[in-house]
Amino acid sequence: MLRLLWLVPALPFASSLVLALVRLPRRAVAWIATSSIAASTIISLLVAGSFLSTPPAAFAYTEALWRWFDAGSLHPEIALYLDPLSLIMMVVVAFVSFLIHLYSTEFMSGDDGYNRFFAYMNLFVASMLTLVLADNLLLLYLGWEGVGLCSYLLIGFWYRDSDNGRAGRKAFIVTRVGDTALMIGLFLLFHRLGTLNIQELMRRASEQWPIGSSAALAAALLLLGGAIGKSAQLPLQTWLPDAMAGPTPVSALIHAATMVTAGVYLIARTHVLYALAPQAQFAVAVIGAATLLMAGFSALTQHDLKRVLAYSTISQIGYMFLALGVGAWPAAIFHFMTHAFFKALLFLGAGIVIKSLNDEHDIFRMGGLRKHLPVAFWTFLIAGCSLAGLPLITAGAFSKDWILWGAYGAANGSTGLWVAALTGVLLTSLYTFRMIFLVFFGEQHSQVTYRPGNAMLIPCLVLAFLSIVGGYMKAPFASFLGTSLPWNSKVGAIPIGETASGGIAAAVFFLGVYLAYVLFLRKPNLTMAVASSRAGRVLHSLWSSDWAMDWLYDRLFVRPLVWLANSGKSDLIDGFYSGVAWLNKTAWRGASRTQSGRLRWYAAGIAAGSIVLIAVVLFL
Amino acid sequence: MTAIPMADGLILGAILFSLGLAGLLLRRNLLFILVSIEIMLNGAGVAFVAAGSRWGQPDGEVLFLFILAAAAAEVSVGLALLLRYFHRRQTLDAESMSETRG
Repeated sequence: MLRLLWLVPALPFASSLVLALVRLPRRAVAWIATSSIAASTIISLLVAGSFLSTPPAAFAYTEALWRWFDAGSLHPEIALYLDPLSLIMMVVVAFVSFLIHLYSTEFMSGDDGYNRFFAYMNLFVASMLTLVLADNLLLLYLGWEGVGLCSYLLIGFWYRDSDNGRAGRKAFIVTRVGDTALMIGLFLLFHRLGTLNIQELMRRASEQWPIGSSAALAAALLLLGGAIGKSAQLPLQTWLPDAMAGPTPVSALIHAATMVTAGVYLIARTHVLYALAPQAQFAVAVIGAATLLMAGFSALTQHDLKRVLAYSTISQIGYMFLALGVGAWPAAIFHFMTHAFFKALLFLGAGIVIKSLNDEHDIFRMGGLRKHLPVAFWTFLIAGCSLAGLPLITAGAFSKDWILWGAYGAANGSTGLWVAALTGVLLTSLYTFRMIFLVFFGEQHSQVTYRPGNAMLIPCLVLAFLSIVGGYMKAPFASFLGTSLPWNSKVGAIPIGETASGGIAAAVFFLGVYLAYVLFLRKPNLTMAVASSRAGRVLHSLWSSDWAMDWLYDRLFVRPLVWLANSGKSDLIDGFYSGVAWLNKTAWRGASRTQSGRLRWYAAGIAAGSIVLIAVVLFL
Repeated sequence: MTAIPMADGLILGAILFSLGLAGLLLRRNLLFILVSIEIMLNGAGVAFVAAGSRWGQPDGEVLFLFILAAAAAEVSVGLALLLRYFHRRQTLDAESMSETRG
C-alpha cells in the first residue's frame, strides 16, 4: 500500500493539468477538481493505515521515483519520504484541502474563472504535498516555489481589480525575500555537506558540525529566513493581511492547509540543524513570541472580518514558531493540525457570512446573524472557541496548552516566553470574541440575501467535529510523532506543572471572553471612549496598520528603489538609446508629413525628382 | 519641302510638356488634370517625331503611335474613374482626395 504514495501529489497535479488544458463544463470541472483531491485524501489515509499497522523499518519509508538530473556531484532524485511528521502533514493537508474544494464548488459557482480557479487550487495542493513529502531539499524547494506561484495566482485571482493584482505581487515579492535566503541556505548546505537529501544532510551535519558551530548557525538562520517569509512571521508578515484580496476559499487554503505552515514544516523537518545552533533556535522562539503578540494586537483593531482572521493566523503561526524554538517540536505540529481544522472552518464560516451579506466585509455592519445563519453561527462559534482555547472541550485548547507548557517546560523554555504566550491567549480570546459578538450578536445591520447550500455546510460541519475531537488525539499523536520528532525536555526542576499552566491559560481565556463581552457587547460606548482618547487613537492607528510596518517598508525599501529606478532612467546610457529613439521618431514625423494625400503635391514631387535625376545624369 | 530643324521640334515638345506639367500642378479639377496629362504625352510625342525625322527613321512615328494608344487607354480608364468619383462625391476637386495622407 505504501507504494501508492506517489499518487498523493500526482493526482492533484494531473487534474490541474487537465483543467488548465481542456475546456470543460462547470459540472465536470467541479467533479474532476474535487474528486482528484478526494482520491488523494483516500490514498493518503490508506497509506497512513498501512504505515500504522505495519510500520516500515525505522519508521521511515522512501519511495524513489526517478533521478531528477545529474550535475557534477549533485544528483537529486524525485523521491518521496514518509515518516510520522510528513505523514501527519500529508493527511491533514489533503483532507482539509478536499473539504475546501468541496466548499469552493458552491462558493465560486457564479464566477467566470471557474476552470482557472480549480486548476490553480489543484496545483496549489499538489505543490504543498510535494513540499511535504520531498525527500531532498531541492524537491522541497520545487514545492516551495510552486506554493508561492499558486498563492500569487490565487491572491490576484480577480485580476480585473488592480488592487488584487498588487496584493498578489506583494505576497510573491515579500515571500521571495525569504525564498532567496532559503536558496542561499541550500547552497551553503550543499557546499559544506555535499548532499541535499534531508536525512543524509541531518546525519552529516550532526557528525561534522559541533554544537554552536558557525556553519550550522548560518545554515539554520538562512533556512529560518525562508520559513519566516512563507509563514508570514516578523519581519516579513506584511503580505498575509493583503493576501485577503483573494477569494475566501483561497484564504482558507493558504492559512489552514498550504503555504503558511510550510515554514513550520521546514523547521521541524530540519530540527537537527537547529539543535546544533541553539542561537538560531532561540531566534525562532523569540520571533514566534514577538509575532504572536504583535499580530494579536493588530487583530484587535481590524474592521474587515477576513483581516481579523489573517492576523489571527499570523499570531497562531507565531505560537508554532514559539513551540519550535523552545524545542517542543510535537506541540508545534499538533497545533498545526488543530489550527488547520479550526482556521479552515473560520474562513469557510466567514465566507458564508460574506457571501450571504452580499460581499460585506466590515464586521461593524454585520451583527445579529445568529438566527439567520444558524449552522454558520454554531460552527463559527466552535472554531472560535477552539482558536481562543476553550479548555477541556476544544482541540485548540489542547494544542495551545501544550505549547504554553512547552514555552515553560521544554528545553529552551523560560518565564518570559511563557508570559508572552499567556498574553497571547488573552489577546486571542479577546479578538476572537470581539469578532463573534460583532458578527453574530447585537443588532442586525445588513440583510441576508443568500442561503448556503449543502456543499458549503457539510465541510463546515466536518471541520467543526474535528475542531472538537482533534484535541483528544493528543496522546497517540505525541507517541506516534515522537519517533521522528522528540520532545526536548528541560533539564532540572520546573516550578509549575502542565496542569497548572493549562489552568492559568483557561482562566485567562475566560477573562478574555468576559472582557470582549463587556467591551464590545455590553458597553461599546466605553470602548469608543477608550479608543478615541489620545493614547487610544495612537495605539489604534498603530495596531490597525500592523505596527506601521507597511509604512516603514514603503519608506525604507519601496521609495528608495523607485527613486533609484527613476533617476536611472535618465543616465548617460539610457540617454543614448532614448536619443536614437528620438531621432527615429523625428525622422518618422518628417517623412509622414510628406504623405499629405494631395495628388498634385505627389505629381510635383515626381516631376521634381525626375528633374533632379535628369540633371544628375546630364551634368555630373 | 524643307525639313523643320530638330531643335524647333524639340522646343515645341518641351513647351507642350511644360504647359502640361504646369496645368497638372496648378489645376484642381481632375478633368483638366487629365487633359494636362494628354498635353504632356503629346509633347513627348512631338519630341519623338522630331527626332525620327531628323534621323530619317520610322521609330519616332512608331513610338508616337504607341503613345497615342497608351493615351487612349489611359483616358478611357481615367474618365471611367472620374465618373465613378463624381458619382460618389459630387465634385472633381483633386484636393478633396486626401484620405490617403500618412
